[in-house]
Amino acid sequence: MTHFPYLFAAYAVVWLGLFGYLLRLGRRSRELEEELRDLRRQLGR
Amino acid sequence: MRRVFPAVTCVTMLAALYLIFMVVPTEQQMGIVQRIFYFHVSSAWMAFLGFFLVAGASAVYLWNGSRGADRLAEAAAEVGVLFCSLVLVTGPIWARPIWGVWWTWDPRLTMTVILWAIYASYLMLRAFGGEDEAVQRYAAVLGIIGVLDIPIIMVSVRLLRGMHPAVIARNEGGSGLVDPWMRIALVVSAVALILVGSWLMQLRVRASRLAEEMAALRRETEARQGEVA
Amino acid sequence: MRGALAIFRKDMSIEWRTREGLSSVLVLGLLLLVVLTVAYDAPPEAAPALVPSVLWATFLFTGLLGVQRGFLLERENDCLSGLLVSPIDPAAIYLGKLAANVALLAVMQLVVVPLVGLFLHLDLMPVLPGLLVVLALGNLGFAALATLFAAISVRVRAREVMLPLLLLPLLVPLLIGTVSATRSVLAGGLTLASDALGVLACFDVIFAVAGWLLFAYVVRD
Repeated sequence: MTHFPYLFAAYAVVWLGLFGYLLRLGRRSRELEEELRDLRRQLGR
Repeated sequence: MRRVFPAVTCVTMLAALYLIFMVVPTEQQMGIVQRIFYFHVSSAWMAFLGFFLVAGASAVYLWNGSRGADRLAEAAAEVGVLFCSLVLVTGPIWARPIWGVWWTWDPRLTMTVILWAIYASYLMLRAFGGEDEAVQRYAAVLGIIGVLDIPIIMVSVRLLRGMHPAVIARNEGGSGLVDPWMRIALVVSAVALILVGSWLMQLRVRASRLAEEMAALRRETEARQGEVA
Repeated sequence: MRGALAIFRKDMSIEWRTREGLSSVLVLGLLLLVVLTVAYDAPPEAAPALVPSVLWATFLFTGLLGVQRGFLLERENDCLSGLLVSPIDPAAIYLGKLAANVALLAVMQLVVVPLVGLFLHLDLMPVLPGLLVVLALGNLGFAALATLFAAISVRVRAREVMLPLLLLPLLVPLLIGTVSATRSVLAGGLTLASDALGVLACFDVIFAVAGWLLFAYVVRD
């Protein structure tokens, strides 16, 4: 009669959503920063 | 500042979780699933905040063409849709054990789905509309029209044949939150999720600023290579 | 105002000469009507209850096509740029286009609505005055948003899917309002429909004004 699985599922979804988005943003920013550094180096040369 | 903001967010979030799972008494009618409510409602507030921010930033962008306003509008739409999705997923998980169905076309649920669809279409326009600068203007127009639609949606969904289970009515009146700790937990969760949302928006804005910088540099290199050749 | 009138007259005379938009919209309206009635496959006594939903679903999807075509036409031969360099205010262009769309949709309603009554066994004559009010409010609200977003969708990539994608979620409150008002009108008259009519009137006013103000940002280059 306890609805524990529902409670667990709800909070799991919230955390997955938030962290998923955060990771995606972080990865994209890092990639962009690296590429930007490369480009700058090429231009400076 | 860049360090302080995530730290404050983390502390508030931990406080919210502690309140929800350790302090707040279990609700008598609904049992432990009621604890979903705190994050569910707070996510809805954050989503609304995001959507209003889209409209505000869009108006500023149309007014003076500020790049920052355009980036903020896009970030707010993305984060708003993210939180709106969380509302739409946690809602049915709560509804299933309480009402026995995953979904009803209750006014509030209908409204959330329509809002989600409006801002999802906003993101689609930005993603698939093309690289043209005009697309940003079209998106700003849609952002403003979308927020104008919100009050009309709120009134119109009441015309639907509502079937309010009693549980909802009790929560709406606020009488569902009998214990003062429940109200405190709701406020702290709302603050925590709004902080998370603002942090995500800030990161999103930074990412698009980087992308723009990069596009500018690319054009420069291409121009140079053109000169050499 | 004179500019708006000129645009309206131009669109009407193009339509009158080719009859391309009108005939395709009418045939499509008829087809959608047949598709929906066949798909519901209701017993004769239950059919009248389907009138509001079939009527407005047909209107919505037929209208989407009709309105989009009006702007695709301007895009051919780059007519829109010609309009924009002419000394007509963008707001007047919006009003002219809006009027042309309302007229096109009204003719479509004139054909589709009697057919809905015919197919679903409902005599619409006794409720005609009330029904006309709902039809007019629904028409204007739809055209107000559709005119603005058709101008957007013809100028972006993926334009065929963009118009319904952007427009349908925004139109849901209009759909709820028109269906509810039509149901009330059929059940007893305009007084029953006052809440829904209020929603429709607000929708029409807000988006006609918003479209009029924002259209300049859409067509500016």
